[in-house]
Amino acid sequence: MTTKSPNYCHPERSRFSGGAKDLLRVLTLIIVALLPLRGSAQDMPLFRWENFTTANGLPNNHVFCVLVDGQRIWAGTENGLGLYENGAWKVFRPDADQKLQSLAHQAVLSLALDKRTGDVWAGTMGGLSRLSAGRIDTFTQLTSGLSNDIVYGVGVQGDFVWTATAAGASRLNTRTGQWSLFNNRNTPMYEIWTYSVSPAEDKVYYAVWGGGVLEYDQKTERWKNYDDPDGETEMVVMKDQGLIHEITTSVSYVDKMLWVATYFGASRYDGRYWHNFLTKDSGLPSNFLNQVKAIDANRAWFSTDKGLAYYDGANWAVYRPALDTHKPEMLVRDAAGTVKKIPVQSAPAHNYILGVDFQGDDIWVATAKGLSHGIRQKSPVETAQVLTTHKATKKK
Amino acid sequence: MPAQRTWRASFRRMAKVAAIFAVALLAVAAKPAARQSTAVSKERYLSPIEMVSSPDGRLLYVVCQDSDEVRVVDVPSGKVITRVAVGRMPRGIALSPDGRQLYITNAWSDTVSVIDTAPLQVVQTLPTGAEPSGVVSDADNTTLYVANRLSGDISVIDRKSGQETKRLLAGRGASYLAISPDGKWIYCTHIYPNAGPFRSQPNSEITVIDTARQTVIERKPLHNVAGVFHVALSADGRLGVAAQLRPKNLIPLAHVEHGWAFGDSLTLFGPDVSGTVQIPIDELDRYYALPWGVTIAPDKSKIFLTAAGSESVTVIDVPRLLKTVHTRRQQFVNDLSASADYVLARIPVGHNPRGVLLSPDGKRLYVANRLDDNLAVIDTNSDKVISTIDLGGPKNVDALRRGERLFYTAGFAFQGQFGCANCHLDATIDGLQWDLEPDGFGKDIVDNRSLESLAGTEPFKWNGGNPDMPTECGPRTEKFFFRSQSFNQQQLTDLVTFVYSLPYRPNRYRQPGGRLTEAQERGKAIFERSRTKNGKLIPEMNQCGYCHSGPKYTNQKQVDVGTGKLTDRSPVIDVPQLSNVAYSAPYLHDGSARTLEEIWTVYNPKDTHGVSNDLTKDELNDLIEYLKTL
Repeated sequence: MTTKSPNYCHPERSRFSGGAKDLLRVLTLIIVALLPLRGSAQDMPLFRWENFTTANGLPNNHVFCVLVDGQRIWAGTENGLGLYENGAWKVFRPDADQKLQSLAHQAVLSLALDKRTGDVWAGTMGGLSRLSAGRIDTFTQLTSGLSNDIVYGVGVQGDFVWTATAAGASRLNTRTGQWSLFNNRNTPMYEIWTYSVSPAEDKVYYAVWGGGVLEYDQKTERWKNYDDPDGETEMVVMKDQGLIHEITTSVSYVDKMLWVATYFGASRYDGRYWHNFLTKDSGLPSNFLNQVKAIDANRAWFSTDKGLAYYDGANWAVYRPALDTHKPEMLVRDAAGTVKKIPVQSAPAHNYILGVDFQGDDIWVATAKGLSHGIRQKSPVETAQVLTTHKATKKK
Repeated sequence: MPAQRTWRASFRRMAKVAAIFAVALLAVAAKPAARQSTAVSKERYLSPIEMVSSPDGRLLYVVCQDSDEVRVVDVPSGKVITRVAVGRMPRGIALSPDGRQLYITNAWSDTVSVIDTAPLQVVQTLPTGAEPSGVVSDADNTTLYVANRLSGDISVIDRKSGQETKRLLAGRGASYLAISPDGKWIYCTHIYPNAGPFRSQPNSEITVIDTARQTVIERKPLHNVAGVFHVALSADGRLGVAAQLRPKNLIPLAHVEHGWAFGDSLTLFGPDVSGTVQIPIDELDRYYALPWGVTIAPDKSKIFLTAAGSESVTVIDVPRLLKTVHTRRQQFVNDLSASADYVLARIPVGHNPRGVLLSPDGKRLYVANRLDDNLAVIDTNSDKVISTIDLGGPKNVDALRRGERLFYTAGFAFQGQFGCANCHLDATIDGLQWDLEPDGFGKDIVDNRSLESLAGTEPFKWNGGNPDMPTECGPRTEKFFFRSQSFNQQQLTDLVTFVYSLPYRPNRYRQPGGRLTEAQERGKAIFERSRTKNGKLIPEMNQCGYCHSGPKYTNQKQVDVGTGKLTDRSPVIDVPQLSNVAYSAPYLHDGSARTLEEIWTVYNPKDTHGVSNDLTKDELNDLIEYLKTL
């Protein structure tokens, strides 16, 4: 390739002297430095994955949820609650002789941590259980004010424990023992199948399966609903005009940004503007989302039926066993829509992802075929090293 | 002859008069003691219950429960030098590590009074949970921990802000706290057992708090235990001891001998014993009821333990105790001969001895004789009472005080095994169901009920079989409970007077001024309704307000509401009062309903105990919110 004279290619440049060129370079650098700090596609997190199954002591391979509590990892599965600590699994299951002093049900759908007390709350198919320093207390719809035994979601906010159940929302005041119920009778909820709850700061958000999103304002004690402006259709006529779809599965409210996962895409709402994400215009591997979990206002993780996706505000990364070959796969899509495959040696246990939680820079992932621990490879240099190693390996 | 007839007629007349007079005398003698009104004027007794000393041992700070104050005693002179008024029903006390502040829990005010020991004035009042009892300060005096008996949790209070930063889940009836000598751990014990399945062995726990993280890190299980009182740690932190009861509530109360009603015991824990070990303190033919206050000598030579129902202090030789524990590797808590290996002495003290305190040099043991308004001073070398400190309470012992002494003493039971207060802990409940009468195992199971505000709720017993309190507490008690002598007429009168005087405790669910919240108002409407939701008239006798009517929410009748079990001789029960029903779980006559919800969700399938099956879950919750305010 020949290099043409800069003066020939760019007649305008002939007007700039050497000093001006330096100034131009400096100004360019400054402008680039002042641009919003959005990572480049090459900076997407890289993980080495360790996967746990029943062969390692996990109670069941179908993992609904995962909760990180320091060095302890809780996994809610279809057949028991697992606690991974000091390299070993301990399993909790119901005891028929101690119904209210053992796990409510073997299918554990949701988990939440009370960071102040260290208590863990488990939402199950048969009630709500609190695990506190080895003691389990269970609440059911027959023995307490819990609205329904199918507890899809649970969240802790101060002295309150919020639950999302198949028959509306309930809130337990742990100081007074009072239960408050929220459903179609006292909120804008028209569907009472609540699927997920995200309490944070002064708001509580509910994902209502088939009923959009509900917001509870702690200060005013009022409810507000957010619905798909397209109604209950799968068409997106009014993109970015509101919630992407009514069938919501998960909400995550962090840094005053609401993220919503649905079966038909994802939404983000900053209190004024909506932004929707679909496979056709984002790096989402699928529009079928089981969970969204935000890190901050810009970054979030999406659990889909076709892989785990990460969004840093501009770029996307997808981690999964490849859909065709089942070999470890990492895809990176930049802001311009260019997709690259990053060579990796490992992947989450399965592409059907149900939930995640964070442990520092690491990530734990609940999948349909096991629990995965993503051990963060620290720097982009390592990414480059991996690429270099890959190229070298290919040459050989 | 006429004189003889006259004499005989006179004799017959006199005989008639004498017979009538004799019958009248018998009638008076047999008449039950008149029911005492609660409006009996009473002395304001002090009822000392706990104490701490100044770091130099020259002052004693004594919590006086019934006079709502702290009395300060100058130890050298043995005199009360001042009194500091605090909140209602003070119960616990702690001294800050620097000795400059006292913390007093006010059980009926739900506060902690902070007293500055220099001017001896209350300088601050801190909010807590429901019925605060035990209190400790952390080693830095930055955080207070308060055990809340009714809310079953521990308030963590920041001293700087005076605010509660969080509540830690404890067991039911969280009451007593002790901090390890290194300040790293706090131990909490509980006067009620944790909830468990119906008719299962009672279980409690010692809740262990990590003070660095301010979280619960362990719950030491206590099997077959219900009623744990004071807890103490040795100076080296290697031995912990908790005073406790082991009730045998699952079998009829027919086998009182050999300890088959209550076992008085201790739980030992810590590195000296590896895990937890329960040990008996009773003897084969003599019991030391209601083990309450406990402390360990600074040199770990002795454990001192009050028997609140047996008017005594038990002294235990620690080295011999530990030797017994290590030698007998199997559990031996039911072997009543074991205590002979390590009990050194039983020191008679006053009525209802509660808190104990060792002087800083360990030479003196102070015992709060709650129902004598004084402190016994014991020489720990000779294990004898050497003096008594009069706290200045009334000298007159009136009927109420006499009755209270009878309530707490185990002196009437066979071999002194238990008194009324064994089941009615601090005149409340024990959280257990009992199989009381010898009518066969598992028949007529009864739930223990609170004794507050009983006047006007006759008859008594779960089936209404006892028409009044003297019948409830009289010869029946001798026959079915004590298996020994019972009260004479005067004693019975005094006891009844006391029981009827027990007041209604503060209800935390009510708003100030008696207002109800919206949920409680809705619940009240449901309680008072006369029609179902579809407009059908509810038969009057099946309306909540029919049976649960009047100021105590009982119409004092006996009814069958469909809650009888196959094990009951009859399904007819006495309508119970609902005073403070929120605090007396479990429910129904036999305690089979663990929560208020279960009364209707499980045990009312045919709407025979009020109509509830047309209610939504919200409405049932509202009803329960209202019931909690009663």
